[in-house]
Amino acid sequence: MSEIPPQSDSDENYHSLSEQAEAHALAPLSEGDKLTDTSNAFLVGESMSGGYKNGPDILHNCTIAVDPGEIAVIVGPNGAGKSTAMKAMLGMINLSQGIIRLDNENITTLTPQDRVVKGMGFVPQTSNIFTSMTVEENLEMGAFTRRDKISGTMTQVYDLFPVLKDKRYQVAGELSGGQRQQVAVGRALMTQPKVLLLDEPTAGVSPIVMDELFDRIIEVARVGIPILMVEQNARQALEIADKGYVMVQGRNAYSGTGRQLLADTKVRKSFLGG
Amino acid sequence: MDLLNALVALSNFVLIPAIAYGSQLALGALGVTLIYGILRFSNFAHGDTMAFGTMVTVLFTWWFQSKGITIGPLPTALLALPFGIMGCIILILATDRIIYRFYRVQKAKPVIFVIVSLGVMFIMNGIVRFVIGPNDQRFLDGERFIISVRNFKALTGLQEGLAIKTTQGLTVITAIIVVGVLFYFLNHTRTGKSMRAYSDNEDLALLSGINPDKVVIITWLIVATLATIAGVLYGLDKSFKPFTYFQLLLPIFAAAIVGGLGNPIGAIAGGFTIAFSEVTITYAWKKVAIYVLPEGLKPDGLVQLLSTDYKFAVSFAILLIVLLFKPTGLFSGKSV
Repeated sequence: MSEIPPQSDSDENYHSLSEQAEAHALAPLSEGDKLTDTSNAFLVGESMSGGYKNGPDILHNCTIAVDPGEIAVIVGPNGAGKSTAMKAMLGMINLSQGIIRLDNENITTLTPQDRVVKGMGFVPQTSNIFTSMTVEENLEMGAFTRRDKISGTMTQVYDLFPVLKDKRYQVAGELSGGQRQQVAVGRALMTQPKVLLLDEPTAGVSPIVMDELFDRIIEVARVGIPILMVEQNARQALEIADKGYVMVQGRNAYSGTGRQLLADTKVRKSFLGG
Repeated sequence: MDLLNALVALSNFVLIPAIAYGSQLALGALGVTLIYGILRFSNFAHGDTMAFGTMVTVLFTWWFQSKGITIGPLPTALLALPFGIMGCIILILATDRIIYRFYRVQKAKPVIFVIVSLGVMFIMNGIVRFVIGPNDQRFLDGERFIISVRNFKALTGLQEGLAIKTTQGLTVITAIIVVGVLFYFLNHTRTGKSMRAYSDNEDLALLSGINPDKVVIITWLIVATLATIAGVLYGLDKSFKPFTYFQLLLPIFAAAIVGGLGNPIGAIAGGFTIAFSEVTITYAWKKVAIYVLPEGLKPDGLVQLLSTDYKFAVSFAILLIVLLFKPTGLFSGKSV
């Protein structure tokens, strides 16, 4: 295996994990399992393998799916390929194998920009706002591809993130970390996405702000937009997740509902710190 | 009365020329800073782009003059300016299509673009000299002064005279209009905002569905327009000589860097900073000093800090000082 070694857990742990994975009741690998049934999924990356240009494969036969109206979360140790899996679904990774489907349409060959037009909203982990532009201009740029009136969507975003309305003429680069993330999510929402992909939305914000962000994310999901999220704060993320994927070394290690994963002793021991 | 005379002398020899020169530099620096911000390289061919646009304008001016087409007191060059801009746009879009795009597709490093632009500079330089020759060309006509020294003296009864050349007035007015339109475009139109977004965060701009090719083309259109206007105004004010435009590259780059590369407001501030420093440091202050200083302190020499031959040293010095103490420029552009 030629990838970045995980930093948080020992190697031993992984051997035991992969062995367990095969026997485990929650393991996604058995066929006919309800959770691996991706036929109803709104967005699905099926058995994806691939890596960055000229590099070794990072993903190995990895499957991630989001059903309509639900929140799906990818968790796992550092270097497990969580963000890579999400980027693969956006078309930023060279896949050697696998199919990406959005709303039952095969989008595997589309460019990232075309996928955005198709309705995939994406919030990158870093540099996810236009720092030199005002909050309102950031939102306008989010709606750049739209030709209809955007004021309605903007009102919705301001309702969801009231603090942005107060600061709409302020330069986004001057906002706090939590507010920046709200701008980033707001910008993605302006495209009126059919599915929202968030890459570690709570990275680098304080615990209080993190809770608030999670609340907002739940609110977005309630509007009916399915959400796929990569998270470092595994416990909180799984608490709000309808479905969770635990990735280890570019593979699906466990999957299940957020509650199931939280209750599972092995997952807890290995990833959630007991 | 002496103080008033000093003020008039100062305006005549320092303020007015510096404002006009500063406006010309600001327009040039705006082009440089836009290319740096959006296309992400320092365009060494900018001075010669200005020269090419001006050359086309000069040729059209001569043609109009030979046909007897003029616009009264204003220079005929204003009438020829749109044609100059068109010519410059054609050249620059062709350059982009044939040369820069090749490197953009390869995602070449900025330093490669700089060297490529150096090559483009030599080619443009060659084209201009080949077509119009290396010599000084005059293409100014129409009324020479808005206020002439004699009129001013008769009007005010002062000992010192004040002259405002038509070209100086024209330069300042044109610069204000152009800058106003440019800033309105960048801050209030959809396309302008998308250009700022692209300059700010290219990846996110792509994710937002902004078309990079369109942004690049519009940037070149604006740059060609700015370069031609700056070049023609400079040519009207002084004279048109291809080599001078090549030399202008230094103060223009100094202006853009002093203001903060990638920042349009910085480019304007930088333009005036450089122009005022250049003019005040190379001006012989004797005349003003005689009016202001008391009898015993009258200077014997010219009170000139630096000979005008060294005016480029001033740009260099300011550039060094700013880079040492504020590397991102006065208005915090991107770090160089």
